[in-house]
Amino acid sequence: MYPTDRQYTKDHEWIAVSGATARVGITDYAQDQLGDVVYIELPVVGQHFEQGAQFGSVESVKAVSDLYCPLAGRVVEVNTALVERPETVNDDAHAAWIIVVELSGAPQAGALLDAAAYAELVA
Amino acid sequence: MRSRADQFIHRHIGPDTGEIAAMASAAGAASLDALIDEAVPSDIRLSAPLDVPGPETEAEFLARMRAVGRRNRPGRPFIGLGYHGCVTPSVILRNVFENPGWYTPYTPYQAEVAQGRLEALLNFQTMVTDLTGMAIANASLLDEATAAAEAMALLHRVQSRTRPAADRFLVSRRCFPQTIDVLRGRAEPLGIEVEVGDPGQWRPDAQVFGVLLQYPAEDGEVAALDEVIARAHDAGALAAVCSDLLALTVLTPPGEQGADVVVGNSQRFGVPLGYGGPHAAFFATRAEFARQTPGRIIGLSVDRHGNPAYRMALQTREQHIRRERATSNICTAQALLANIAGFYAVYHGPQGLRAIATRVHRLTQRLAQGFQRLGVEPRHACFFDTLRAPLPETAVEPFRTRATAAGLYFRYDGATVGIALDETATAADVDEILALAAAALDRPAPVPAAREDERDAAPSWPARLTRRSPFLTHPVFHRHRSETQIMRYLKRLEQKDIGLDVSMIPLGSCTMKLTAAAEIRPVSWPEFSPLHPFAPVEQAAGYQALFRELEASLCAITGLAAVSLQPNSGAQGEFAGLLVIRAYQRARGASGRDVVLIPASAHGTNPASAAMAGLRVVVVACDERGNVDLDDLRRKADTHRDTLCALMVTYPSTHGVFEDAIREICGLVHARGGQVYMDGANMNAQVGLTSAAAIGADVCHINLHKTFAIPHGGGGPGMGPIAVAAHLAPYLPGHAVVPVGGPSAIPAVAAAPWGSASVLLISHGYMRMLGPDGMRRASEVAILNANYLTARLAPHFDVLFAGANGRVAHEVIFDLRAFKLAGINELDVAKRLMDYGFHAPTVSFPVAGTMMVEPTESESRDELDRFCEALIAIRAEIQAVVDGEADPVDNVLKNAPHTAAEATADDWPHRYSRAQAVWPLPFVREHKVWPAVGRINDAHGDRNLICSCPPIEAYAD
Repeated sequence: MYPTDRQYTKDHEWIAVSGATARVGITDYAQDQLGDVVYIELPVVGQHFEQGAQFGSVESVKAVSDLYCPLAGRVVEVNTALVERPETVNDDAHAAWIIVVELSGAPQAGALLDAAAYAELVA
Repeated sequence: MRSRADQFIHRHIGPDTGEIAAMASAAGAASLDALIDEAVPSDIRLSAPLDVPGPETEAEFLARMRAVGRRNRPGRPFIGLGYHGCVTPSVILRNVFENPGWYTPYTPYQAEVAQGRLEALLNFQTMVTDLTGMAIANASLLDEATAAAEAMALLHRVQSRTRPAADRFLVSRRCFPQTIDVLRGRAEPLGIEVEVGDPGQWRPDAQVFGVLLQYPAEDGEVAALDEVIARAHDAGALAAVCSDLLALTVLTPPGEQGADVVVGNSQRFGVPLGYGGPHAAFFATRAEFARQTPGRIIGLSVDRHGNPAYRMALQTREQHIRRERATSNICTAQALLANIAGFYAVYHGPQGLRAIATRVHRLTQRLAQGFQRLGVEPRHACFFDTLRAPLPETAVEPFRTRATAAGLYFRYDGATVGIALDETATAADVDEILALAAAALDRPAPVPAAREDERDAAPSWPARLTRRSPFLTHPVFHRHRSETQIMRYLKRLEQKDIGLDVSMIPLGSCTMKLTAAAEIRPVSWPEFSPLHPFAPVEQAAGYQALFRELEASLCAITGLAAVSLQPNSGAQGEFAGLLVIRAYQRARGASGRDVVLIPASAHGTNPASAAMAGLRVVVVACDERGNVDLDDLRRKADTHRDTLCALMVTYPSTHGVFEDAIREICGLVHARGGQVYMDGANMNAQVGLTSAAAIGADVCHINLHKTFAIPHGGGGPGMGPIAVAAHLAPYLPGHAVVPVGGPSAIPAVAAAPWGSASVLLISHGYMRMLGPDGMRRASEVAILNANYLTARLAPHFDVLFAGANGRVAHEVIFDLRAFKLAGINELDVAKRLMDYGFHAPTVSFPVAGTMMVEPTESESRDELDRFCEALIAIRAEIQAVVDGEADPVDNVLKNAPHTAAEATADDWPHRYSRAQAVWPLPFVREHKVWPAVGRINDAHGDRNLICSCPPIEAYAD
C-alpha cells in the first residue's frame, strides 16, 4: 500500500525525488495516527533545512507532530492549499505533498527507507 | 459544647461516621485508620496534629469575619492603575457571582454540558474584539500584567522565525509599574531585553522585535498610537498595547491604529476590586496569530446533528499537549470574572457603556477645571478618566494626610497626585477632592462648575481619537435590558451546564470539592469587596491579619518556612517557585545549573513552566507501576550532576499513588546539588497526613482552588501560593508598588501584591471551620472515597496503578484501552456519562486511553454509588458492543450524549430504544440532565475557527 516511487523516514514522512527537487509529505500511517488534521504549519519559501531539521508541524484536534526534512535542501514551494483544506492530508496523504525542496548535498546513508522497509516498520 | 449539627466538618465531608466504617470495610480495610496506614508510607507520616487554628462553627466564622472586615477601610479609591471602582449590577451579583451554578463548574472541556458558560465566554470574546478593534480574543488571562508578558512572548515567538536575532522589547515608561515589573521577570529567563523609555524617542532597529504602549497612559494621557506603531512596523517590529475597555467605548481603539496585540483588565466591567482580584484580563490579537495565542479560546463548531455548538478551540497550543513548547504555561483562566464582565456588557449594551464612559469623562473634566481654578495645571490636557495634578511639594503631604483620613486614596508619585475617577464617582466626590486640594494649598475651594456647563462639553482629546466605529452590535448586547430578561438569560445559560450543584464532578487531579456557602459569603461583603490593591496597607488591616494567618497555616500544612500569596494560579506558582530556586542557585554561585528533571508522568504545565523560567527539561522515565524509575533518575541526575537545578515532582504522583521511594528520590537530587519542587496539585491527599517538607521538598505551590475550597468558577479563578524552605525565603517575589517578598526578591509574578486576594477568604474559612482535625479527616475521607470507588469498580474496569499495598491515594485511573478493538474509546464513555447525569472524569491524562476519577471527601456514599452504578451500566453497554449484541457504530455510546430534541423527535432511527438512550437507570429519572447539544465535531471547529458571537442566521433552521 506504500507507493514504491518514493522513500520514507522513521518519522513517517515520504519524499519523492525528481531530479534536483523532491516533494515531501506525511505517510498514510502518520495521518491515521494523528486523526483529523486541522492545521499544517508551513515553512517560508527560501528557507533552508538540514537533513532531519524541523520544518513545520501537523496538528490534529488532540496532537501536534513535528515535520522533519528528510533530506537537506531549500524550500522552493509550499502547498498553501493545505492551509485551507487540511483534511486533504487525511483523504490521501500520499498525494498531499507539503513542501518541495531543492536538494543540496547527498543524503546520509541509510537514513531513508524503501516502501517495503517502511511498511514493515509500521506493521 | 457544640452540637453535632453545628460542626462544620459534618457539612463538608460527605459520608457520615457509620458510612465511613462501612465504606472502609467495603474497600477491604479494617478501619479508616488502617486504610490510611496502607495507603500512605509510614516514613513520611506526620506525628503531631497541624498547628493551625479552629475549628469554628459557621456562625462563629461569619461573626468573626464581620469583625475582621471592620478593620478594613475600603474608603474611596481613586488610584487607578488598572483597578477601578465599579457597580456590579445586583442581578449579576446574585445570579452569577454568588451562584454555585456559575462558580462551581470546571473548565468547559466537556463542552456538551458546558454550553451555557461557553456562550457567556463567547460574549466576553466578542466584547473584547469589538472594543479593542482586533480580530480575535481569548477567554481571559489571569491579570493585565501577565497578559502583557504573554503579549511580549507572542511577539517574540512570531518574530523568531524571520528575525531570530531580535531580542529587544521597548516598553513605554508610562505603562503601569506593576506591568513593567512582571515583564522584567518574564523577559530575563527568555533572553529578552526589556528597555523602558519614552515612545517619542524610540528609533526601533533590527534588534527590536516589539514595543508596548499603554492607552490611556499610566498618568492618564490620551495620545494617538498610530505614529509610534507605524515607526515600529517600519522597523519590522510589532506593537502591543495595554488598554482600558471603558475608555475604548469612546476612544479610537488600538486595533484601528495598527496594534498587533491589545491586552488589559476587564475588572471595571462589574467585577469587584477584591483587594487585587480575581479579575479577568483580556488578550486580543490579529487572526493570523490565533495559533500563537495563549490561554483558552472559545470557538463555534457544530454537533453531530449539524447544530451550532461551542467548544474550546485550538487546544493543541496548550501545555497539556505541547508541554515545554506550549505557547504558555497557563491553565487557569478567569472564566467566572470574564463571564461577569461579559454580562455587564450584555446588561448595559453599547449605549449604556458609552453613557458611563462619557459621564466619567465629564466628571474628570470638571476635576481638571477645578484644579485649573486652583492654579494647578494638570499635566496633560488630553485624558479620559485619570489626571496628574502637580501640587507644590509642600502641599503634597498635607493633601495626603487629609485625604487618607477622609478615606480618599490616590496615587502619589513624587510631587504629583494621580487621580482616577470611575463609574462610582460623583460630582460631590470631585468637589470633595478639590476642597481637599484647596485646603492643602491654603486657598478657598473653587466654586463648583454648574451642571449646564458639563452637558455639551467636547471631550478633551482630539477629534481623530473619538471612536467612530460601532461596537457590540450583536443582538445579545441589545436584547436583555430589563432585569426580568437578563435574569432569565442568565438562568437559561446556567441550566445548560453541570456544576457541583447538579452532580459530582469526578475530575482526577482537579479536586472538585465543596465550596461551602459560608466560606464564600464574605467575598462579596462591603468590608472586603471594594478594596483597591494599592490602598495604603494600614487601611487594610483586616486583610493583612488574614494573610498573616493564612501564611502561617500554609507553613504548618506544608512544613515549610515562608509563603508568598502572590501567584494567581498553580502554573504561576510553578513559575515563581522555579525562579526562586534559580535565584538561590545563582546566589550560591551555581548559575550554570539549568537542568530540571521532570518525570514523564508530570502534568504538561511542569515542563512549560520550566521552559518559561529559562530552564532545560530532562524527562525521567516511569516504571511499569507508574512510579519514577529510580535507575533512570539516578542516571540522569548523575549525567547532569554539574548542571542540575531542580526536580519537579507531584505527590502523590499524577498516577494517584503515594510512591514509597519519594524520600529517596528527593535525597538523591539534593545530594547532587538540586532543589526539589513539589507540584501541589494532589495536596488534597496530604493535609495533616504528610507534607511537602516530610517528603523532602524545598518548594511547593498550593492550588487553593483544589485543596482549599476556592471554587473553579467554570475555568478560574484559582490561586497558587508558594511555600518555601527557609533558605529560599529571601527570594520570594516582590512588587513594584506595594513592598512584599524577601530581601532579594525576584520580580513580581502577578499584577497584584497578594494575587486574587478576595478569594483567599474562602481558603481561610475552609481552614478555620475545619480546623486541624477536620482538615486531616478531609484528606483521609478523600483517600477513602477513592479506595471505595476503586473497590466497587475494580471488578468491571482495570485499575491502572496502585501503591505497594494495593491502595490508591485520592484518585484512581481506570484503563479503557482494551475496548479500542471494539471501537469504543474513553471519549465515548465520557460522553455517555452525560446521559446518566454526570460530568466525565479526567480523560487521557496522565495516560492516553484512560480515565482518572477523583471523588473528593465532599461526595456522599449515595452519590458515589450512583456514579458507580452508572459506570457499571456503561460497562455492560460496552460489553454489548464487544459481543456484537449492539451495533458497532449505531450504539448508545457512539451516539452519546443524547439531547432532548433527539429523544423526542418523530424520527428515531437508532437500533436501541429511546428509553435506553435517555433513561438508562432508574435514578436518572429523578434528576435528568439534558445535554444542550449532541456530540461536538472538534475537527470542524478547529478547521473553521470562529471565536466571536456568530450572526443570528447561523442559528436559522
